[in-house]
Amino acid sequence: MRIKATPMERLFYLGNYVFLIVVSLMFLIPFISVLSTSFISTAEWARRGNFVLIPEAPTLEAYQFLFGGSKGTVFNAYKITMFRTIVGTILCLTFTGLGAYVLARRNLPGRTFMTLLVFIPMVFSGGLIPFYLVVDRLRLTNTVWIMITPFLVNPWWLLIMRNFLMTIPVELEEAALMDGANPLTVLIRVYLPLSMPALTTIGLFYAVWHWNGWFYAAVFNSNRDLYPIQVILRSILYLGDASYRGDLGIMFEPEMMPPAQTLKAAMIIVTTVPILLVYPFIQRYFVKGMLIGGVKG
Amino acid sequence: MTEVLRILRKHGFYYLLFLPVAGYLIIFKYVPMIGIMIAFKDVTPFMSMGEIVTSSFIGFKHFVNFFNSFFFWDLMENTLMISIYKTLWSFPAPILLALLINEVHNTYFKRISQTISYLPHFFSMVIVAGLVYVVFGVQGGLVNHLVVLTGGEPQHYLGDPRWFRTILVGTTVWQTVGWGSILYLAAMAGLNPETYEAANIDGASKIQQVRHITLPGISHVIVILFIFRIGDLLDAGFEQILLLYSPSVYEVADIIDTYVYRAGLLNLKYSFASAVGLYKSILALLLLLAANKFANFLGHQGIW
Repeated sequence: MRIKATPMERLFYLGNYVFLIVVSLMFLIPFISVLSTSFISTAEWARRGNFVLIPEAPTLEAYQFLFGGSKGTVFNAYKITMFRTIVGTILCLTFTGLGAYVLARRNLPGRTFMTLLVFIPMVFSGGLIPFYLVVDRLRLTNTVWIMITPFLVNPWWLLIMRNFLMTIPVELEEAALMDGANPLTVLIRVYLPLSMPALTTIGLFYAVWHWNGWFYAAVFNSNRDLYPIQVILRSILYLGDASYRGDLGIMFEPEMMPPAQTLKAAMIIVTTVPILLVYPFIQRYFVKGMLIGGVKG
Repeated sequence: MTEVLRILRKHGFYYLLFLPVAGYLIIFKYVPMIGIMIAFKDVTPFMSMGEIVTSSFIGFKHFVNFFNSFFFWDLMENTLMISIYKTLWSFPAPILLALLINEVHNTYFKRISQTISYLPHFFSMVIVAGLVYVVFGVQGGLVNHLVVLTGGEPQHYLGDPRWFRTILVGTTVWQTVGWGSILYLAAMAGLNPETYEAANIDGASKIQQVRHITLPGISHVIVILFIFRIGDLLDAGFEQILLLYSPSVYEVADIIDTYVYRAGLLNLKYSFASAVGLYKSILALLLLLAANKFANFLGHQGIW
């Protein structure tokens, strides 16, 4: 039996819809405003000089500046980002998957100790400086590996993976062993195919983490040729009015420079669009992973 | 001995598989933990690994210097205040959003508004900072445009100590509210619809239903997430602040993490910065242990 909504309730539902539309717009408006800023031409900027929602004569000036020229800074940055995302994700999945697989074995002697080894770094760390000294003395700074090697395992995601693997019935393994399979075959032929959903989810976690990573690539690395896309964006954001020309000259060809605000906006779009393109497809995996992981992720 | 051999023969394969993970953890997590001893030494930038290890201990000098420094209380206050303000706003916001989304019966509308609200979670902190820079820009920024339209003067909000924390908190709410609502929505979806029907028949209002059915039904999620948040209280948002702050707002923006970064990596005071970092790590660990104890005391499973 559906009870008819009272006028009060009708008002509530209406208000709720309006409110949620406003909230949704709050998420979109900053982005739309940046998008329109990125299309403003130098001439229009000089003439109107303030906020423009719809450019009168939209141009691709800022984008041409970013992608044109012979230095290829943005293309190179995309290459670095692709490299760290693909190679980084594969390595992360291998290390995390193997660790989770071993920790998921209930009858393995020393399992508690090994789990503790994974768990302790979640609650205590040596901090930034000792970490820096380790990666620096290992000569990882100023190489592309500074973005990959020190971050092979996220303990949270390893434990999520382990919990998933523990839901796979042991009988499958026992049956395979009975048929004469060795442990390696069991891992590859039994567990690997069954873990695909979890590997996809955790793999996407790592991939987005790598795509978005900037701190170590910017701080533990001073080689501009190794800057991923996020770090280029940061460099452009930091361009003050005073240092604008000089800094930009190193990365790009500084004749025909678009206004700082337009350039920043265009670079934000260049960095965001790949995420927006894959977002509708990967979003549900993240939600699922979040619910499996319970709290963090 | 034969026992060890027997175990190795039976399980050796799995220990071998774990070896790379253990190696990774030891090198990149445990060696830095041992490396924290440089907080009790005087390490200079050009020392080799061997020289760092063999250099002599000097006791708690760096800690004493830090506690006695004029910026110690500023850093503590900034870290805690920013974190507490963020918690006050960004903790209830996802609960409220989830309550409202839960009242939407049109599946299509529900799905779209959820999808839009998750979006900022997938943006890097640099992108979010970029949006803040452009939206709050003095010239051509949306916010200043609205300020001018309503008769105000354009302002440099990001460089203004009176506005900086508000921008931090607002940005955090914006970036986390949608994603944060997922667990609450999942918990709400698990509540029994018959309870609501019964309440409806008994004439309970929407507010009464939220108060007496929904909120008690999701209270375990609220409690556990709140405890998590308390355990993380010393993380005031390092990346976000590092990207958005500038010397003109250090007085309200400089937190322990940003200070460690500047002292250690920009000014190369490795030992002193490590001491400050260790102080924070220990405090954070104690906070987490206390939060977990409290969770157990309330009868929840806690973090472990």
